[in-house]
Amino acid sequence: MNWITEFFTSTIGKKVIMSLTGLFLCLFLLIHLVGNLQLLLNDGGAAFNAYSEMMSKNPFIKAVSFILYFSILLHTVRGILLWQQNRAARGGVGYAVKKANDASFASRNMALLGSLMFIFIAIHMAQFWYQFKFGDVASGSIAPYDKIATAFEVPWIAILYVVAQIAIAFHLWHGFQSAFQTLGLNHSKYTPMVKGLGYVFSILVPLGFAIIPLKFLLG
Amino acid sequence: MKFTIKVWRQNGPKDKGRFETYPLDGIDDDMSFLEMIDVLNQNLLTEKKDPVTFDHDCREGICGMCSMYINGTPHGPEKATTTCQLHMRSFKDGDTITIEPWRAKAFPVIKDLMVDRSAFDRIIQAGGYISINTGNAIDANAIPIEKDLSNEAMNAAVCIGCGACVASCKNSSAMLFLSAKVSHLNLLPQGKAEAKRRVNSMMKAHDSEGFGACTNTGACHAVCPKEISLTNIARLNREYIGASLTSEKE
Ligand code: HEM
Ligand code: SF4
Ligand code: FES
Repeated sequence: MNWITEFFTSTIGKKVIMSLTGLFLCLFLLIHLVGNLQLLLNDGGAAFNAYSEMMSKNPFIKAVSFILYFSILLHTVRGILLWQQNRAARGGVGYAVKKANDASFASRNMALLGSLMFIFIAIHMAQFWYQFKFGDVASGSIAPYDKIATAFEVPWIAILYVVAQIAIAFHLWHGFQSAFQTLGLNHSKYTPMVKGLGYVFSILVPLGFAIIPLKFLLG
Repeated sequence: MKFTIKVWRQNGPKDKGRFETYPLDGIDDDMSFLEMIDVLNQNLLTEKKDPVTFDHDCREGICGMCSMYINGTPHGPEKATTTCQLHMRSFKDGDTITIEPWRAKAFPVIKDLMVDRSAFDRIIQAGGYISINTGNAIDANAIPIEKDLSNEAMNAAVCIGCGACVASCKNSSAMLFLSAKVSHLNLLPQGKAEAKRRVNSMMKAHDSEGFGACTNTGACHAVCPKEISLTNIARLNREYIGASLTSEKE
């Protein structure tokens, strides 16, 4: 076997794919949030509409968006295959009695949380991404800001978006620091900082996203 | 002390296996857990029944043979304690104690509580040694080693290969064991010469034995009788990534 395939098919190599794509998705989430927080401005959507226009035209953003789609698919497929491989390694027989140990809820349910997130991402893309690119927003029949505002006035949609943030928060509560451990980036001075940053990130980013639908629903 | 012992009985690798429940009386609180099973087996023998098969050797916490899941935890309820070093005073009179073998595809049950852990031996055979003939032992102080470094290496070297890490891991990953063995050798000057070759081939052996991938849950460290640190797994990842990228083509 070629050394590159050998690396990426080893259990560590597979985890390296998870951590690199996972960290890239974390960076995307942060940028996505900063852009979307413009929806909270009381300007009737002027800033957000201009931002949306710029994003759809910029060739650099276009190129990066393809890396993003690829990362989401790679992270999801690799994650589910890894979950399957790990389940097979258990051999099918469980313990009659099993006591809880140090493993956190999030760490034990990464694939489940991730799958919920994937379903959410699919709904989210059908609802906005597709409409922005090919649907009524693209054709100019509704402004980006108004599209989002009307969507979130429907209670179940707003609530779905808020609930999805909970899954993201748990996934990142474990995932952020886990990605650094997987890459071997461990140090007695910096690991506590990475963990702290991860916990802050995993709460503040989903919280920021949750405020947006709540603003339209309640405001 | 009096107990109800619920123990996994399985006649051989092909048998489906089942739990049997035995009442047990006259246990002293100073007995070790294995001595308790000895008493149980004595009773079974007098009743002309098959005694419970279990692994044990040193009975002093250094060989790693006494592998069993006790009331939902490998090696039972005491932290940093092997089954042979566990005493019956850790239980309450009248308790029901459930005993199960390690569960992992790479550790098939041989009989009752005894599992085949030779997968670990094959990982060691893949590189868990130093391949030089040393002749006479050299002077202990001839190679200067920084104290912090030797502490790190020795803290990894205390791994007894018991397999509790695999048994408790939801992925049946042997990363804690592997990382302890790789760290112990790769940190020291004697092991450095073969560091890249070692981590590559031990990693390959780990995967071909069918152990899962680490998802950093930390369950292994929580149950390890030698409290092997998770920083070893980070080191293993670092060493393996580095070795894959920089070792010469074979
Ligand atoms: C799209 C659906 C997703 C699925 C199915 C999924 C699944 C998984 C799985 C199975 C793992 C490995 C478990 C572990 O290492 O403990 C994982 C790790 C991770 N995920 Fe996701 N995930 C998804 C989306 C996301 C998103 C959107 C992000 C980022 C914003 C993300 C960030 C991470 C990170 C940082 C890790 C840690 C990598 C590591 O431990 O090495 N995931 N994910
Ligand atoms: S790392 Fe700990 S639990 Fe795993 S084999 Fe070594 S001593 Fe046992
Ligand atoms: S019998 Fe040797 S460690 Fe328990």
